[in-house]
Amino acid sequence: MSASPALDHIEAGAHGHHYTTTGLDSRKIAIWAFIGSECMLFASLISTYLIYKGRSVVGPFPHEVCNPPACATTLNPILNIPVTSASTFVLLMSSLCMVLALAAVENRNLPKHTFGDRLLGSSKLWLWATCLLGAMFLGFQAYEFTSFVHEGLSIRTNLFGSSFFTLTGFHGAHVTAGVIWLGTLLAIDYKRGLEPADAINVDIAALYWHFVDVVWIAIFTLIYLIK
Amino acid sequence: MATVAASPTYAGTESGEVTGLWSWLTTVDHKRIGVLYLYTSLFFFLFGGLEAVIIRAQLAGPNKTLVSAEMYNQLFTMHGTTMVFLAIMPLSAAFFNFLIPLQIGARDVAFPRLNAFSYWVYALGGLFITFPIFFSVAPDGGWFGYAPLTTRQFSQGVNIDFWVLGLQILGISSLAAAFNFITTIINLRAPGMNLMRMPMFTWMSFVVQFLIVLAFPVITIALVFLQFDRFFGTNFYEIGAGGDPLLWQHLFWIFGHPEVYILILPAFGLVSEVLPTNSKKPLFGYPVMVYSGILIGFLGFGVWAHHMFSVGMGPIADTVFGLTTLLIAIPTGVKIFNWIFTMWGGSIRFTAAMKFAIGLVALFTIGGISGVSHASPPADLQQTDTYYIVAHFHYVLFGGSIMGIFAGIYHYFPKMFGRMMNERQGTWHFWLNFIAMNLTFFPMHFSGMLGMPRRIYTYDAGQGWDTFNFISSIGAFMLVISTSIFVWNFFRSKSHGAIAPDNPWDAATLEWSIPSPPPEYNFAEIPLVESRYPLWDLTHPERTSEIPHTHEGWEEQDKAADAKAVHIEKDRRTAAELGIPMPTPTIKPLIVAAGIIIMFSGLLFIHRPSKAIAFTLIFSGAAILVGTLYAWLLTPLEPEHH
Amino acid sequence: MAHKDSVPHEAQGGHGAAAAPGAHGGPAHTPGHGAHAHPTWKQYKWVALILLVITVVEVWIYYIPSFVASKLFVPSLLIMSAVKFAIVVMFYMHLKYDARLFRALFIGPLIIAFVTIISLLFLFGHIALRLGS
Repeated sequence: MSASPALDHIEAGAHGHHYTTTGLDSRKIAIWAFIGSECMLFASLISTYLIYKGRSVVGPFPHEVCNPPACATTLNPILNIPVTSASTFVLLMSSLCMVLALAAVENRNLPKHTFGDRLLGSSKLWLWATCLLGAMFLGFQAYEFTSFVHEGLSIRTNLFGSSFFTLTGFHGAHVTAGVIWLGTLLAIDYKRGLEPADAINVDIAALYWHFVDVVWIAIFTLIYLIK
Repeated sequence: MATVAASPTYAGTESGEVTGLWSWLTTVDHKRIGVLYLYTSLFFFLFGGLEAVIIRAQLAGPNKTLVSAEMYNQLFTMHGTTMVFLAIMPLSAAFFNFLIPLQIGARDVAFPRLNAFSYWVYALGGLFITFPIFFSVAPDGGWFGYAPLTTRQFSQGVNIDFWVLGLQILGISSLAAAFNFITTIINLRAPGMNLMRMPMFTWMSFVVQFLIVLAFPVITIALVFLQFDRFFGTNFYEIGAGGDPLLWQHLFWIFGHPEVYILILPAFGLVSEVLPTNSKKPLFGYPVMVYSGILIGFLGFGVWAHHMFSVGMGPIADTVFGLTTLLIAIPTGVKIFNWIFTMWGGSIRFTAAMKFAIGLVALFTIGGISGVSHASPPADLQQTDTYYIVAHFHYVLFGGSIMGIFAGIYHYFPKMFGRMMNERQGTWHFWLNFIAMNLTFFPMHFSGMLGMPRRIYTYDAGQGWDTFNFISSIGAFMLVISTSIFVWNFFRSKSHGAIAPDNPWDAATLEWSIPSPPPEYNFAEIPLVESRYPLWDLTHPERTSEIPHTHEGWEEQDKAADAKAVHIEKDRRTAAELGIPMPTPTIKPLIVAAGIIIMFSGLLFIHRPSKAIAFTLIFSGAAILVGTLYAWLLTPLEPEHH
Repeated sequence: MAHKDSVPHEAQGGHGAAAAPGAHGGPAHTPGHGAHAHPTWKQYKWVALILLVITVVEVWIYYIPSFVASKLFVPSLLIMSAVKFAIVVMFYMHLKYDARLFRALFIGPLIIAFVTIISLLFLFGHIALRLGS
């Protein structure tokens, strides 16, 4: 079928066997470029939060008590550090589970001798764990958002509300997209199993997931802990 | 010998049709997508030009009443928005798409379907933001939409909604394309094509993609804040709530300044292809050209507040940004000198493309000189918001970007369409354009210095502005004529132009080593590159003897199984005959793009008492988007074969 | 300009490398990953533990009013979260072990993002340099 001996190898260029300059998967390069853009996205959101810190005309406020006339009645600082610390732990643990999920997919064909090995090697288990922890984080966020609204802080109340809800909302949206993505991988794992050849797909999802975690590390410190 | 034979067409795929609307709607071929970008952006260029002509007709004399003040606001807003986002950027994208894979010796971009998606989002987004003007509800807050003017309080109507949503849509297109081209340039270069052997156009485009990746997210957020303020009642730009009017300006210009380098660097790259070819000499100082391009890109992130010298940032900020702005003139100036030295001692061939390229060197320099004068905050205090600034940016954007793009079109038309453009008409186009452009914009330096503000729809007589405005308007009408010649030439040559040889300009880079127009697979055999000027190594080795030739990178050869040393290809066989797997055409990118547009348009209705329309559009758009995206991602790019 | 993985190999899956019996009980040498230096379960456990500990410390010091009032509070929080950031990026996201290209693709935008935040904080008066007397 080929026109010349030099072209014989083209047949070998089967699906997925393309030449690359770097020897790296194009999708991995693309996800890192995407993560670069996300750095700037969240930098803009975080900058705005920090710019507007302390400039809200009316309360509630994140770390300070709000007294009349800035509020109708005296309001306590609205951020709940214990609850948010818990959700931060949850997200950090989800990253660990994600790493284990990837390792499980890569090592699928390795012999597993002990129960511990089998546990570590179950990609479904770790993908479930990551998804559930991610969903738990979202649950915490939902709880936080609704309780804030109850206490008088909505996205329209003041600069703090606008910048806080937009920043954490965008972050939460990213987590949600991640959970859906991981859920899809989980579905594929159930349907036909994730082979080591699929590791690249899990790797890309993992990079996205870890980045979303890393953004939260920045948010937790800059918004919650620094007064 | 112009025959009325059909232009050499793109070779067909195994499964799709060769011609016909459906083949264009489903194409994932970078060359076709490039041509789509070219047509669409030329359309918007003409549309934006028409808006400008009406503006100039209105300003031709004092106190004219051709258009109302409100319509005038829409005209200058849409002229700027159209030219920046719908004309110049996509014209550059036409070349990114068509040229980059060819210049690096690749068969397509890294993600062909994503590529098609970028185009359709742009096309549909362009329509979205353009059609309101036919109902007199076009965006009217200036192309840079300063808040709080553009907040709901001061802009109640739907105009700014179209602007905000339209720009968000267009941003998606640019970002997706940037990820694609970054990956393509990093990962799909032919063996031996190391970074310092890449053609300058590819290099400048590479820098531009990073600028897009870093700058567009910032305007995305600025627009999100404006969107949220307008649709959901947030306080980002609400002065009463403590909002800072400068927040918008800073965020916008952190994007806006890199944006202007996004607009000019591709044109610089095209000039760096045209000048050496038509001087029959290698580009002077290639490494320096690369580094200065990178430096311009990098420094471009540090100058943004020079657009804000009059807002009262304080002496430290003013000084810092003034200094960085002066600094960025250096790498730019270096490029001008290198182009001149390229031509010096060369054997110049004054093709139409060459004329436009030299035109850029001259006119961009003029624009650069006024630019340097803006860099000084005290001087800029007089210049800002006057026509002096309008003069500056039209010299760099029209005299710079557009001229460079015209050079690229004349130069690459033969490769794209297999026919030559008419050189005589090209010469007429050039000279009329050159004279008209200067007639239009040079007087603006003077009216600006005499205090004529920007964005006014009339002016009183006797302030010293009348003559200058009149001359500008004459120039604008002349531009209509010169552009018409170009349009005529473009379309006539597509069907009647002389059949083009594969390398009509005797150029040096890989895209000229394959037929005009290229077969769908580009290269039957991927070339093994050993220098910066692969074709001149074959045809004019004396020109490139001083440049190092190595086989560095050739060990990749065993991976590119169908590779062979640089050679000229005349092959017109199909991909099937050669056993080259080609991506399957698909309509899914278009549908996903449509889903996004539908989703965004739902927001236009969110303020109605009944939310039904808004939610229907938003949810159905989202459903189309997500559903088709899943189908897309789960479908392999190429048909399975054994 | 070397931008390949340290061990050249096929990029994409499809022709997956034979899964070598785990030399270190960790992930096998699979396409797309560096061969050798690759975090193991042991390392991941430690990474998780360190992240946990740092977070505990961060929250702990938040509740020490005298420390919060001191000048060390903000810098120490910034340093701790920077360390967490770096650990997640280097180990979980693998940047330490992957091709240097990825490091460049990430560090560049990170620097620009960082400089942008700092510049905006200056421009809006949240940080100030005191010059002269």
